[in-house]
Amino acid sequence: MSMSELAPTLPPTLETGATLEGELAELIVAALNLEMPARQIDPEARLYGEGLGLDSIDILEIALVVSKHYGVQLRADDAANTQIFRSLRQLAAYVAAHRTK
Amino acid sequence: MLAYRGAEPVHAAHFLAEAHALAAALPPGRHIINVCTDRYRFAVGVAAALLAGKVSLLPPSHTPEVVRHLQAFAPDVFCLTDSADCPIDLPQVQFGSLAVGASAWAVPSLAAETLVAHVFTSGSTGVPVPHPKTWGRLAQCVRDGARQLGLPAGTALLATVPPQHMYGFESSVLLPLLAGAALVAERPFYPADVALALSALPRPRALVSTPIHLRALLALPQVLPAADLLLCATAPLDAELAREAESRFGAPLMEIYGSTETGQLATRRTASERPWRLLPGVSLSLESGRAWARGGHLEQPTPLCDELEMLPDGRFHLQGRLADVVNIAGKRSSLAYLTHQLLAIEGVRDGAFFLPEHTAPGQTGVTRLAAAVVAPGLAASALLAALRERIDPVFLPRPLLLLEHLPRNSTGKLPQEALRALTAPRPGP
Repeated sequence: MSMSELAPTLPPTLETGATLEGELAELIVAALNLEMPARQIDPEARLYGEGLGLDSIDILEIALVVSKHYGVQLRADDAANTQIFRSLRQLAAYVAAHRTK
Repeated sequence: MLAYRGAEPVHAAHFLAEAHALAAALPPGRHIINVCTDRYRFAVGVAAALLAGKVSLLPPSHTPEVVRHLQAFAPDVFCLTDSADCPIDLPQVQFGSLAVGASAWAVPSLAAETLVAHVFTSGSTGVPVPHPKTWGRLAQCVRDGARQLGLPAGTALLATVPPQHMYGFESSVLLPLLAGAALVAERPFYPADVALALSALPRPRALVSTPIHLRALLALPQVLPAADLLLCATAPLDAELAREAESRFGAPLMEIYGSTETGQLATRRTASERPWRLLPGVSLSLESGRAWARGGHLEQPTPLCDELEMLPDGRFHLQGRLADVVNIAGKRSSLAYLTHQLLAIEGVRDGAFFLPEHTAPGQTGVTRLAAAVVAPGLAASALLAALRERIDPVFLPRPLLLLEHLPRNSTGKLPQEALRALTAPRPGP
């Protein structure tokens, strides 16, 4: 399955989206030992590479967190090319559309 | 069967025909950096280079700084890529579709001393150090390894590691080409994708992976596909994790010890044995406190970067890394090298990399490095961007501390303890 097929078709409501974004930001900061407050993560900034500066090990770490907390198993063949990790907002939208818990 | 691409089996004859077609299309330069992400294309690239009398260069990373050094090492170097937007600043050859004729190619016979590749370590002074690998030694190494690992004939090898580093090169590319296993082109990343790709392969099948990926796989709640062998390398694996992996995949897990300089040297079945068994003919000795390996597939006696305890029966225990050597997610470097790269950035007055003491590893078991820097007028983001040009991203400091001066002692030395104190948890407000 390609990443474009995985992209959510409907954006979550602003309210749910913002809450989930905040929750995900907290989980990411804790899981990766990032030395910054979760609220400082720009929801539109790139997570991978430039931007927040995450690498593939971080992405794997986030995949574990997202699976544990929301029952979402991320799928792709190359972490560097995923739409999902474009930004916190994209990740939150994906989780909102696919969460099972 | 030589390889699988998706569900497609690829026969050796087709592989050879593609290698000949690619060899005919390569430019005249004698050195090639093969960055193909598809493992099958990478293998075709290596074979084509051999047929055309060229040498593959396998650097530890492809940062602009490393690429500049490789160009100085081999001015005729070009890059073989299967990506449309490869950022490497060298003449590029796109791995396109290959027109394969009907001619049947014989399996080429290569002289044992044929130079296959220079595999590079990052070196301690900023210049990558080449380690030449010849056909005969590589073949001996992977064939001895296959026997000792108990690799069933025809095993399909699914790998989560790239083919460009020594472990992946030996275990996911050379085992298929030289020891009768089958290569798998895909390199799945997410745990769910790895499980699915493994379940899609015919048996016997094996997973070539790392402690990081095994941990992530074992965190999956579902039943994992049965395997016939698990291989693990790059960092020591916990025995408990090894036992869990053996039970969930229903396969023996063999751990491999080796290095870029030496290739694989020893194996152990981690679930039930702590000591490592050397490959046939390889022996160890201690010289001035440093462990050396020689014999077997090794061209020459080679110093190791680990502390070893030798046992009377010829086996050994791994005790840890030598001071200054760091291994993050299977990538090796040294604090001296990383600090050298930091100090080379314009505007940096003083700085040092160090191992922070108080950060807990994440679920994948990885601990990151930290750095302290004196660089008035430079923002952390600018420093990180400059470092990204020079070092592999796994070594990027987390945290990067901007200071007015480093905690040097009265003789100007910078004790690791003083640096570690900088990242000690501060009492809460």
